[in-house]
Amino acid sequence: MNAASILAATSGGADLGAFGRDPWWLILLKTVVIFLFLVLTTLLMIWAERRIVGRMQQRPGPNRVGPFGLAQGLADGVKLMLKEDLIPALVDKPLYILAPVVSAIPAFLSFAVIPVGPEVSIFGHKTPLQITDLPVAVLFILAMASIGVYGIVLAGWSSQSPYPLLGGLRSAAQVISYEVAMGLALAGVFIYAGSLSTSEIVSAQHSLWYALPLFPSFVMYLVSMVGETNRAPFDLPEAEGELVGGFHTEYASIKFAMFFLAEYINMTTVSALATTLFLGGWRAPWPLSLIDHNALNHGWWPVLWFLAKMFTLLFGFIWLRGTLPRLRYDQFMALGWKILIPASLVWILIVASFKQLTNLGYTRFQVLAYVGIPLALIVLVASFFLENKTVETAETEPPPDPPAAAGADRNSYPVPVLTGAPPVHDIEPNIEGVRGG
Amino acid sequence: MHGYFGGYALVGLLGLVGVGFVAVGLGANRLLRPWRVTPEKLLTYESGVDPVGEDWSQSHVRYYVYAFLYVVFAVDAVFLFPWATVFALAGFGAISLGEMFVFLGFLAVGLVYAWKKGVLTWV
Repeated sequence: MNAASILAATSGGADLGAFGRDPWWLILLKTVVIFLFLVLTTLLMIWAERRIVGRMQQRPGPNRVGPFGLAQGLADGVKLMLKEDLIPALVDKPLYILAPVVSAIPAFLSFAVIPVGPEVSIFGHKTPLQITDLPVAVLFILAMASIGVYGIVLAGWSSQSPYPLLGGLRSAAQVISYEVAMGLALAGVFIYAGSLSTSEIVSAQHSLWYALPLFPSFVMYLVSMVGETNRAPFDLPEAEGELVGGFHTEYASIKFAMFFLAEYINMTTVSALATTLFLGGWRAPWPLSLIDHNALNHGWWPVLWFLAKMFTLLFGFIWLRGTLPRLRYDQFMALGWKILIPASLVWILIVASFKQLTNLGYTRFQVLAYVGIPLALIVLVASFFLENKTVETAETEPPPDPPAAAGADRNSYPVPVLTGAPPVHDIEPNIEGVRGG
Repeated sequence: MHGYFGGYALVGLLGLVGVGFVAVGLGANRLLRPWRVTPEKLLTYESGVDPVGEDWSQSHVRYYVYAFLYVVFAVDAVFLFPWATVFALAGFGAISLGEMFVFLGFLAVGLVYAWKKGVLTWV
């Protein structure tokens, strides 16, 4: 709240005058359209994901319900709707029911501040294609994403079962780590645009999309958005190979569907945010923007560009899932805290210094030539020396001793083999006593 | 729907639609679903086999260390975002840039300290 009031005071220059002038029927129309769009995108994405992953794995994927299996998402939804809604006897019931609700509702909210297009005329009313804009719109989206995580954590907590609890904990640690990286990646955009309002950021990109000058920020955002939405290869909270179903193991029927819906809407939102902040929002891509004096950036055309960019990013999510194996949790946390966060801290300072120098009147090329290239050389030389050093230490380091415990207590619970220990194969599988009564 | 709170009211409207959707979903599910429970069905599923022992499990303290680290960087975001929006305006410039260098330097020291202490090493 505090941050919001500070920001509202500082970004007073934002011109949001185009908003807040819609008649009530237009507000309702926009709200319903956005809502339907999100639900339909989810249904479509469920189908698309299974078909595309199927194609990547050389199998047809679902093709029975409707043409090309297009109604598969709908069929799944109806099936889940008609399923018996089992609530295990041990769960903490109020929280257990609250969790999917808390997960699903904030997912809808973020899309209210995404600009889908410029001002258009609907039944004679000129209005921007965006429900509303806030002076702190991007911060609002980040906040909604964090609230959605409560759903996952509460689901893990209230299920009273070890695997969901572990999934919930993982999710909490994961999302807070990647939220930090995401926020730092976005700070570069704020420095360039001088605003947190989404429509302002889009209009600031009229000559150059921020994905180009802020390429490292863009890459860091892309990585952290996959981490933030719990998607493969970062889907550790629901890693089915190790945690059964993770946080939603104990959920059935419509409550399970709510988690699913929230996940897909969150994917759509982060893709839309990447489009807005880095890929020029609804602006036409470069050669197309030259046609007919920018005609393709007016009227209803921009909706097409926006959707094309957003669905390209969504395809990226599916592609990642079809291509990469899941990361180990320690690798995943190391990526966040040891690479993404330090790199983005340094990168913000570089961006800010660059901006300051260009403000002082130096051109981009002067800054690059006098500061950028010498700095890059220094970093290159330094990394060369550092690499040599690590190679040496790796060679001189004695191999770690295998822990004595690994083979000693064979009758204890099977635990993952510790670092450096040889895998123990000769433990007899202990099946007795697992299944009672 | 005008002014500062007007924007949030519109967001709230979409929120209401979301609440309505979730409520209709849960309600329709209540009407449509079968409901024939047996004690076996109400067991905790866990991993398919009958659950053994307590329903709570111990988890490692390492998760909460990350929560501490997060606080450091959440504070960072509170200062960084407003700074990023006004930094390029007239009257800020080099001094505010230097201040942010110092501030992020302190944060980096915190991260480096945690790193050296082995907090970031997953055991």
